[in-house]
Amino acid sequence: MSKYRSHILVCVGTGCQSQESVELIDQLNKEIDSAGYKDEIQVVKTGCFGFCEKGPIIKILPEDVFYIEVKPSDANEIVQEHIVKGRRVERLLYEEPNLNKRLEEQHDIPFYKKQIRIALRNCGLIDPENISEYIAVDGYLALGKVLTEMSQEEVIKLIKDSGLRGRGGGGFSTGYKWELTYNNKNDLKFMICNADEGDPGAFMDRSILEGDPHSVLESMAIGAYAIGAEKGYIYIRAEYPLAIHRLEVAIKQAREYGFLGERIFGTEFNFDIELKYGAGAFVCGEETALLNSIEGGRGEPNAKPPFPAESGLWNRPTCVNNVETFANIPPIILKGPEWFSKIGTDKSRGTKVFALAGKVNNVGLIEVPMGIKMREVIFDIGGGIRDNKKFKAVQTGGPSGGCIPEELLDTAIDYESLKKIGSMMGSGGMIVMDEDNCMVNIAKFYLEFTEEESCGKCTPCRIGNRRLHEILIKITEGKGTKEDLEDLKRLGEMIKITSLCGLGQSSPNPVLSTLKYFYEEYEQHVINKHCPAGVCTALKKYEIKAEHCKGCTLCKKVCPVDCIAGNVKEAHIIDPEKCIKCGACFEACKFNAVENNKVVS
Amino acid sequence: MSTIKSLDELKKIREESLKKLELRTVGAEKESIKVLIGMATCGIAAGARDTLNAIIDEIDKRGLDNVYVVQVGCMGYCYAEPVVQVNMPGKEPILYGNIDAKKGREIINTHIEKGELLEDLIISKSFHRI
Repeated sequence: MSKYRSHILVCVGTGCQSQESVELIDQLNKEIDSAGYKDEIQVVKTGCFGFCEKGPIIKILPEDVFYIEVKPSDANEIVQEHIVKGRRVERLLYEEPNLNKRLEEQHDIPFYKKQIRIALRNCGLIDPENISEYIAVDGYLALGKVLTEMSQEEVIKLIKDSGLRGRGGGGFSTGYKWELTYNNKNDLKFMICNADEGDPGAFMDRSILEGDPHSVLESMAIGAYAIGAEKGYIYIRAEYPLAIHRLEVAIKQAREYGFLGERIFGTEFNFDIELKYGAGAFVCGEETALLNSIEGGRGEPNAKPPFPAESGLWNRPTCVNNVETFANIPPIILKGPEWFSKIGTDKSRGTKVFALAGKVNNVGLIEVPMGIKMREVIFDIGGGIRDNKKFKAVQTGGPSGGCIPEELLDTAIDYESLKKIGSMMGSGGMIVMDEDNCMVNIAKFYLEFTEEESCGKCTPCRIGNRRLHEILIKITEGKGTKEDLEDLKRLGEMIKITSLCGLGQSSPNPVLSTLKYFYEEYEQHVINKHCPAGVCTALKKYEIKAEHCKGCTLCKKVCPVDCIAGNVKEAHIIDPEKCIKCGACFEACKFNAVENNKVVS
Repeated sequence: MSTIKSLDELKKIREESLKKLELRTVGAEKESIKVLIGMATCGIAAGARDTLNAIIDEIDKRGLDNVYVVQVGCMGYCYAEPVVQVNMPGKEPILYGNIDAKKGREIINTHIEKGELLEDLIISKSFHRI
């Protein structure tokens, strides 16, 4: 047999790997071998399918059958039923919760219906550790075309025309950035890939690097040619061991094939890439801090200007682009800027990858055209809120972004619209919150993060964020006053305009946006000393309703601090002085006699 | 391996690699021709695997990139196993019975490539699914 008749694609992204997808592959191979189908069926490791909620995911081709939550112990049934007998393993198919129907094929699943995959085009399609599969899907063709047929100016013009903007958060025009670096003449320039993905809950860049590392290498070489650099660095966090491994494999293969190294495609162009590991400091995602870190200095930002395009790494002209930005470049070159600019909106062209997380049904990695409504992403792709709870807010842009309330859910996702409502595109984290989330507590969480991650170089960020955090702690402990709300706003705005780098300039956003859209909830905390979501421990109150209490003594037994008094068959009483608000009695009571003050009385 | 020195060299490698990957894209195409082979116990016992492998080999030899082979469960024609069904886009499915490896190759040759039905082997032309 010269050709496999069927391919079983198994996701080996970090998410699925943690759910034993590697063991699953071993098991599948073993089963296929023992059934005598070794030469007919190929098991392929691929990158992330995005549907991480339901991992490990496997897809069987050519039938395009999509199985979810597959365990190593399912391998036998899959091989015996699907491979040998051609029968679907029904119980492993995705069941659409709204239709109550099991769906076989990937393109039928609503999660995938509204998605357009450009940056993630190869994730879940090819084996990331096999360069020939990347070549088969037009890999390195764009690099070959650029090097042999286009001048540096033509490449820059093409990227400028496409309207591609930086996907790392800022949204600066990629073509323009390349042009600035190109215009600064120097005998040594650098091309840098920013893979320091630091937003809590974000994993877009990691998935691209794990699923399609060659597309980033190819684009870096294209960019390097355009700006006139011969050396590139990928600054990647050391917490991404799998992405690092895939990149190492990819770089080695690219060198063997001559896509990296000297005289690439027989031209005068030389380019090579080195990996630099970051130690996990959030601020190192800021480009000047990143450059300082590569040089071996402290990860602290510099004042701009000078911009890296003029004086970056080792004071040479340097261009820093994000992983996802790079992943967009080969298709733009091959299909043309007109194709790309038709997708998305006028000012924000193309697509954006989001890591959808939080209280939605379908947690995962999605790529949607710019201009799509928040509502479509959360309810159509995300499948709505878990456990039929009520939607409360969605947080975009990580610690730099803001919380968007229900009334703004019809906002289009693009750089300008999100900024206008006090959030930002950011790198693509999207965290959905429901009625059980306290917005003051959310703001506190992000401020705790930025306070810790502030590098300390400039005063507004170092001290200002600390004060913001302290005020928020005070409010959640029930000690806040109305003046504190004024202070939060004034201080937040001050930090934004006086901080040195993007971290401080955006860190008050979670506070300011929640103040703007959920002011009432803040007021409840400071005036009524009440947390409507029932999250803030200090504001919780537990009470036993005498008329419901049967005197079963269960609450008394579970109470860890013995603050409940009462005899058998008599109503019990909680001593609020001693109560630590752990909620054990609330969970334990079978008669709903214990009440918390979640709902305003 | 020696390094790639020109765009043409890359394209050559791309062609070779693409053959191994065709399967990944063909399944998603709505316009492709489907060949269904009954691979239930009865089909396998009657030699459906030889038929399957012969058909795949023939498709490969002729470089047909819009045809893909799917094995399916019992179609109910156990007396006529191995059975092979051909679904051409926009046409009624055709069901052939008693297809060994040789006849399998013939289906690819005559029906799929030339568009002529193998009348003698047909057991059902139009059957509606309930």
